[in-house]
Amino acid sequence: MADVSTIPLKKTPLHAMHLRLGARMAEFGGYDMPIQYADGIMAEHNWTRAHAGLFDVSHMGPSFLTLPQLGGGDEAHRKVSALVEKLVPSDIAGLAPGKIQLTVLLNADGGIIDDLMIGRPSDPAMQGGLYIVVNAGTKDNDFAVIQNAAGGEATLHRADDRALVAIQGPEAEAVIAGIFPEAVGLTFMTFVKLNGTAFGDVVATRCGYTGEDGFEILVPAEHGEAFANRLLEDERVKPIGLGARDSLRLEGGMCLYGHDIDASKTPVAASLSWMISRPRRERGDFPGAQRILGELKDGVPSKRVGIKPLGRAPAREGTEIQNIDGETIGVITSGGFGPTVNGPVAQGYVDTSYAKAGTPLKLLVRGKQLDAEVATLPFVPAKYKR
Amino acid sequence: MTTYYTSEHEWISVEGDVGTVGITKFAAEKLGDVVFVELPDAGKQVKKDADMAVVESVKAASDVYAPVNGEIVEGNAAIVDEPAKVNEDPEGAGWFVKIKLADKGQLDGLMDKAAYDAFCANQ
Repeated sequence: MADVSTIPLKKTPLHAMHLRLGARMAEFGGYDMPIQYADGIMAEHNWTRAHAGLFDVSHMGPSFLTLPQLGGGDEAHRKVSALVEKLVPSDIAGLAPGKIQLTVLLNADGGIIDDLMIGRPSDPAMQGGLYIVVNAGTKDNDFAVIQNAAGGEATLHRADDRALVAIQGPEAEAVIAGIFPEAVGLTFMTFVKLNGTAFGDVVATRCGYTGEDGFEILVPAEHGEAFANRLLEDERVKPIGLGARDSLRLEGGMCLYGHDIDASKTPVAASLSWMISRPRRERGDFPGAQRILGELKDGVPSKRVGIKPLGRAPAREGTEIQNIDGETIGVITSGGFGPTVNGPVAQGYVDTSYAKAGTPLKLLVRGKQLDAEVATLPFVPAKYKR
Repeated sequence: MTTYYTSEHEWISVEGDVGTVGITKFAAEKLGDVVFVELPDAGKQVKKDADMAVVESVKAASDVYAPVNGEIVEGNAAIVDEPAKVNEDPEGAGWFVKIKLADKGQLDGLMDKAAYDAFCANQ
């Protein structure tokens, strides 16, 4: 087996910019990524909640799954959807044009291989194509699984050599209005392809991983740095590293793959049952359907919840969760300090009988039992543009 | 008053037989924003190179080690109430504890300012 440390890290099209901005870099998902810039995680987090933060998310896995012939209306969409519906429990065929959905790739047991976004183009000429964005650390396997499911009927075109730039925060819309005015009409979880812009052909999606309004914009690699610089020329925009991205998403109640969800968890256990759409439940035609439909009916032994430590001490991933009698009932899967909450926040799995909001818990931190309770997610209300 | 430094990035400033201990500016910058500090109670015996306190940033928790053997005289309540003080003035108002030294001879094994600066330059 190869020594991991000898494998050179991959670089995004914005790598040189991060170095020039003085970012502290570290490995994430096989890439050399900015963890924070000079202002630090706390200031970057607060800036994003108040103004607009620029995130390089080019390490993720954008791609396009396309039938050999595009166009062909609803029928073409149904045909390409049927290929990915073999892998996910959501109603992709039922997506309206221009809509994008968060869903999960499932293995045969109903375990989560990854979370991902699948979108249906708005352009009638692009029907029979899907925009698919998967996570960085899992993308090679995900792409292989998707191409395998599509067989010879559709081709997956990777677009992860491009720049994917997120702009998040209450001032994101005003910033984007000056660059891509056509994108401002998008509502939460819709996307549009814009051809022939000053930064080439781009895909703009109204979505994010912070709980704030914002966009993720896919631009050709050769325009990546010019686009990022254009955003940074705006005094409302500052670059934000992965450190603040994590504290923002944790306050937003979102899952981090490999921590809060993995192949040992089903969507029901992960409190993601909303992803399992009604037509799919009725048909029972997704991987692990028998197990998952049984869990929907009879419940699961443990499930993902928000956890609020009541003191000041953060509870990190791996922290044991106990009931008030000191019996082990679960484990923290991600936890840290929430700058907007101004206190520690966490997520974890607890025995379902303890999953109700307000249930008192103990967290075993450095041998001490700290008071906590089950909290409703998100910790910070979402501000999406509906 | 003389200040000594450890390879774990603590400083100890000694006056008589009491040393004031904290983390260095280098360590505070590496940690980033400090959000939580846990200090030992007064009267507790600490051992050189054993963990004595905890400092947590947004991202991670780190141990702070005792630079010498001794007894905790006092913890700095100000950094417990306001952990950001550790970043603002790590080698001043952001001190962690005062320790009554059990063996002043242990100071000989620590670095002086010049040696510590050279040590950090190689980190």
